[in-house]
Amino acid sequence: MIKSLRIRIAITAAICLAALYFLVPTFIPQLPSPWNSYFPKEKIHLGLDLQGGMHLVLEVDAEKALESMIERTSVDLKESLMEGKVRFRKIEKATGATISLELTESSGKPALDKILNEQYSDLEIASSTPRDSGQLVVLKIKDKRAIELKKLTIEHSLETIRNRVDQFGVAEPEIIPEGDNRILIQLPGIKDPERAKNLIGKTALLEFKIVDDEASLDEALRGNIPDGDIIAYGSRTDRSTGQKGSVPYLLKSKSLLTGASLETAKVQISDRYGEPNVSIKFNSQGATDFERITGENVRRRLAIVLDGVVHSAPVIQEKISGGQAQITGSFTMDEARDLAIVLRAGALPAPVNILEERTVGPSLGSDSINQGIMATIIGSLLVTIFMVIYYRLSGAVADLAVVINIFLILAVLAALRATLTLPGIAGMLLTIGVAVDANILIFERVREELRTGKTPRLALDTGYNRAFITIIDTHITGIVASLVLYFLGTGPIKGFAVTTIIGLIASLFTAIFVTRVIFDYVTLNLNIKKLSI
Amino acid sequence: MSMELIKPGINIDFVGKIKYAVIFSIILIIIGIGSVIFHKGLNPGIDFAGGSIIQVKFSKNVSADAIRKSLQSTKLENSTIQQFGANEFLIRTAESFSDQKMLAANVEQPLTAAFSKDYEIRRVEVVGSKVGADFKMKAVVAVILSWLAMLIYVGWRFEFRYALGGIVALFHDVAITIGAVSIMNIEFTISILAALIFIIGFSINDTIVILDRVRENVKLNPKQKLGDIINLSINQTLSRTILTSLTVFLTVLALYIFGGAVIRDFAFAMLVGVVIGTYSSVYIACTIVLLFENLQLSKMKRKK
Repeated sequence: MIKSLRIRIAITAAICLAALYFLVPTFIPQLPSPWNSYFPKEKIHLGLDLQGGMHLVLEVDAEKALESMIERTSVDLKESLMEGKVRFRKIEKATGATISLELTESSGKPALDKILNEQYSDLEIASSTPRDSGQLVVLKIKDKRAIELKKLTIEHSLETIRNRVDQFGVAEPEIIPEGDNRILIQLPGIKDPERAKNLIGKTALLEFKIVDDEASLDEALRGNIPDGDIIAYGSRTDRSTGQKGSVPYLLKSKSLLTGASLETAKVQISDRYGEPNVSIKFNSQGATDFERITGENVRRRLAIVLDGVVHSAPVIQEKISGGQAQITGSFTMDEARDLAIVLRAGALPAPVNILEERTVGPSLGSDSINQGIMATIIGSLLVTIFMVIYYRLSGAVADLAVVINIFLILAVLAALRATLTLPGIAGMLLTIGVAVDANILIFERVREELRTGKTPRLALDTGYNRAFITIIDTHITGIVASLVLYFLGTGPIKGFAVTTIIGLIASLFTAIFVTRVIFDYVTLNLNIKKLSI
Repeated sequence: MSMELIKPGINIDFVGKIKYAVIFSIILIIIGIGSVIFHKGLNPGIDFAGGSIIQVKFSKNVSADAIRKSLQSTKLENSTIQQFGANEFLIRTAESFSDQKMLAANVEQPLTAAFSKDYEIRRVEVVGSKVGADFKMKAVVAVILSWLAMLIYVGWRFEFRYALGGIVALFHDVAITIGAVSIMNIEFTISILAALIFIIGFSINDTIVILDRVRENVKLNPKQKLGDIINLSINQTLSRTILTSLTVFLTVLALYIFGGAVIRDFAFAMLVGVVIGTYSSVYIACTIVLLFENLQLSKMKRKK
């Protein structure tokens, strides 16, 4: 223990002043102008359970990204094999992100190897079994590359979601990766959680596909889908009855252009019905492609497909240059606005699933704050009154330590930009109960020593010294238990762990150091015959 | 004269009543286990089991039955509806809505149809089964880890037999608190888990204070019987043990009464844990230390 009382008083004062410094923005929200530049801007950060908001845990289905990549690769590979004059029968995406194909000649294998080596370095042959005169080959993505791709998928998803949330306009969002394939999203103060979820979770894969008008749609609906075609549905609202129905389309499965070629997207009001639609503008490469595609397919229908749903399929009247297009559909204004946002932010590289959602409305949040503050005030009053009744002036000293403790907890929360949650408030209240324990230990020991006839000064010294080790032990075990909670808990519980840890450390300081300073000051400077304990 | 709850010269024969304490504890634990069996296991909240909770507050008088009726023929048909404060209800279902539009179709539309706009959805929690399974795993790890951490710390600071006493006391506290939670049919949530771990940290405190005294007294009177020393130490620290438990109890009580419905279950588990933790520090931890000592003594005799 530092001997000089003066230095100890200085340390105590310095720490209390530092605590006040960090708490100024929390307690005085609007500082007058010359002052505000001297103080930190950070208020105590309230958890979602106190200020309201949404907590989401998303899982990125990276496997799907791998599968769609395999799907695209299989189409490309088919063309490469044809170009390379390699004879094959049936090439298709098989289960578990693999491509299966049947080579019909014995010379096919070396030729395939060569093509793979030169153009498809990501692929390797998983197995090949002789069949007839040729071979059945299964291709897969190299393990290392697959892991890399999955990682990229997560990063890309994270980036896309950040963009979307930024454009949606949420103050202080938190979007962080968690584990291998999860993303944790915290959106404080969100007003319309359903809309936010829609915005974040939508894959928003925009594709342009040609409608296959040569084959029969009815035949396809009966199950005879022509090779290279798919059936997709669009919704149609009957303008007179308002009833919604779904319309089937037979589409060429190849996407000619995707949302990746967009430069921007914005909401426009269509002249005819005053309905909002989303106008898109392609980037220069996209515009060139669009011009070529429309030029090659005049008189055919071009389907605009968003996440597998056909939004519209207008007939291409003529070659379209300039790279502009419109997505129409029966949107509300909000839907159109959100669609524009997701198109601008880009598609998610893989679908996401919501694993966990916790939404707290602002009214519940403010109720919780009020109840938490109420409980804290009443709880601390009970304890402080009890301490004064039981230990008199010494009890008052312990109470002062408790008050300093509360301020220190809040100040450290503000300084570390940690979050105060409802369980965190509970943790603070509990720390108050535990913090006085250190003083109870000391006071009981001092009383014991006084009973043996020691002077107040000596009894205090012995009491503090004897209780010291015990207090350290009890605090360390408390901190260890809280650390376990911190590492394994989720949001609000983490808040509980954080306040408890800070509270216990602060209590070591206030209960041992600060109260000792006061007692030492009193016993050294005032001639005390009897201790009020 | 200062105020004293416990008179300084107090000498209660705690060690002599160990037998009754052990029987009392065993009965409590059996009641707890019985309740868990009777309820067919713990009642896991959505944190662990997966599912959804929707907290709705109405601006006028509404009965649970009326809400149930309004939810008929939605996916929430089989949900349980529980009153949660004045005109406030919790709707729970095992279903976890990962689809974004589900909530609107299954809650908002039927409620609006039945009660027009006189309600507010105050909280929605949806936990998928995958996350639930993760939480279950984490919960078990958390409890075991905190036990182990305490065992290691107390074992390092004291002797192994003390640590063993402390840990058995912690098992005891956790078992009885879980029993109490089960008897009240409170949902086992992450908050309850946090309470359990706090109790582990709190209960070991009392134990450490008493064991510290035991160690000190053993050094002072190495010849004295351990049973007597333990008795002396418990009596010497009794006043502190009771005072501290009282202050913590008061704060938790404030939390239970004023902290609001969201945190009430947590506060309940804490209330039980604080009482049981104090009792176990005095009786269970010391009993084990004593038992262990007797065991070693009889072993040593046999060896001779």
